[in-house]
Amino acid sequence: MRTFQGRVVAEGTVTAPAVVSHSGLNTLASFQKALQFGDKKASCGDQNNPELYGKAMAGKALCLPRTIGSTTGGLVLYCACSMHRQPACMLFSEPIDSLAAAGAVLADVWLPEVSMPVVDSLGQDFLDYVRDGMLVTVRESGVIEVESYMGRR
Amino acid sequence: MYQTKIALTDEQRAILDGAQGETMAKVMETLVRYGELFGAEKMVPVTGKYNHLVTSFGLKALGSVYDLMDQLIEAGALSGQKFTADPRPLDSNVPSSFLQDLVFKKFMYSRQADYEKQLQKLGLLDANAFTCTCYLPEVGNIPQKGEVLSWAESSAVVYANSVLGARCNRNSGIIDLMGSVAGYVPCFGLLTDEGRRATWRVEVRTSKKPEAQLLGSAIGMKVMEDVPYIVGLDRWLGGRLDESARSYLKDFGAATASNGAVGLYHVEGITPEAVEQGDSLLAEGFRTYVIDDAELQRVYDSYPVIWKNREAQPRLCFMGCPHFSLDQLCDWTDRLEAALVAEGQRRVRIPTVFTASPGVIREFSDTARGAKLRYMGVVLSYICPLMYMNNPLSTRMPVITSSNKLRTYTSARYYTDEEILSILTKGGL
Repeated sequence: MRTFQGRVVAEGTVTAPAVVSHSGLNTLASFQKALQFGDKKASCGDQNNPELYGKAMAGKALCLPRTIGSTTGGLVLYCACSMHRQPACMLFSEPIDSLAAAGAVLADVWLPEVSMPVVDSLGQDFLDYVRDGMLVTVRESGVIEVESYMGRR
Repeated sequence: MYQTKIALTDEQRAILDGAQGETMAKVMETLVRYGELFGAEKMVPVTGKYNHLVTSFGLKALGSVYDLMDQLIEAGALSGQKFTADPRPLDSNVPSSFLQDLVFKKFMYSRQADYEKQLQKLGLLDANAFTCTCYLPEVGNIPQKGEVLSWAESSAVVYANSVLGARCNRNSGIIDLMGSVAGYVPCFGLLTDEGRRATWRVEVRTSKKPEAQLLGSAIGMKVMEDVPYIVGLDRWLGGRLDESARSYLKDFGAATASNGAVGLYHVEGITPEAVEQGDSLLAEGFRTYVIDDAELQRVYDSYPVIWKNREAQPRLCFMGCPHFSLDQLCDWTDRLEAALVAEGQRRVRIPTVFTASPGVIREFSDTARGAKLRYMGVVLSYICPLMYMNNPLSTRMPVITSSNKLRTYTSARYYTDEEILSILTKGGL
């Protein structure tokens, strides 16, 4: 197991399997299809992100550098939360961008019944280490524990 | 009650503590927490006359956004400024199939009419205030230099910051509205002098005027969210910020903002802060990016074509993302006419839609060029091409464009302006 320290953007603790995007996540392109057509797993609909395309994001520890794309990104994330199709947590290797920050804060302030811990500034090491399916635990104070792949087997 | 490290005024503190009701307190908490993440030390008043919202579409999937807006309306937490909004997603003039119509109206944008009523209650400027180019004179939402804004539409933000010298961060939808409701935005990033300094020096060394959308794409992909200071472009823009240069920078900026995340650029000798401060805008330790013909070709060649059949005949051409200016509509009409005459043709060879704001369309349609464009078979529409394309049915259509923003967010295939002209008039390259 490896531990990483980040900054808490939205509080909470959770354990979930990782799903990883090494390139920026286009929030609108990734979530729109799932929100539009009732996909409870929130399968990624962004054809320009082959690493994530078609994979479930709901209930997963979504590990990414940052979000990119349309400035509707924050409100799309907010909608995913309100429809309970949000990732279990969002873990950013870089400092959070303004669009993802908006989504995280909007969900935290306006949807108190929804939990989606968000931690940023985890560093490139985190993104280099974590793989799809690894079990990730978000602890208090921005500590992230990642179960080693071999350990999981 | 939320405790913040940001130094609030008494009035701001009172709002946060609930003096204007619970909903306003949550609006202020949202803005404060958003600002804290970026190191804001204070909240500053929004000073622009009008706001501009990115959310213009009644997309069924965004139901909770409309619920949130209802909360604001019921609590009387309305926009402190009148506002314009991004383009409408539907226009019956734009070619579409029976199935597309069904999907657009019954599934995707079934909330459009209700949402527009909400916008009117919140403070929409007028019933036709829907365009991404709100800053054009025919629309009239033109911020002054130094004014603080709470906008979100990325192409409008980068234009307002760079060409007009206003101050606005790259906000998300909803945050744009909340800044206007509270009357304050957190002071960080592009609102500060330090945040407006350039960390890249971009040297344009091309042998001809670079395609705006291609140059913007190259710079956006290189600098991402950083601020570039661009030298060597002024000579291609005639050395001054006239109408033609503004149209060029509109398209250039939209490409920097969508292919990267640029919120502000400076063009030496052209944009207001670069004219005033010159290369003193460059921050210590800036990096350099040289763009020549080969680099632009490399960028063009890197664009993926995600059509199932790369050789498919285009079924639709969208031009005007961001919406065309009046100057661009006139220019394109003249170029199309000349090219069609040269080919012995009267009408464009594939269905073609030019998009512009309702204000520009009104000005243009009654002119002789307006009649010519109709005669050549081009549809003029206020639609948002992105909203048209953003569904599985349209994704399967072979659509072409010279907009790098449309290419980036949809399956539309990019061609340069000259290539588009050839396809429209000759039927191919």
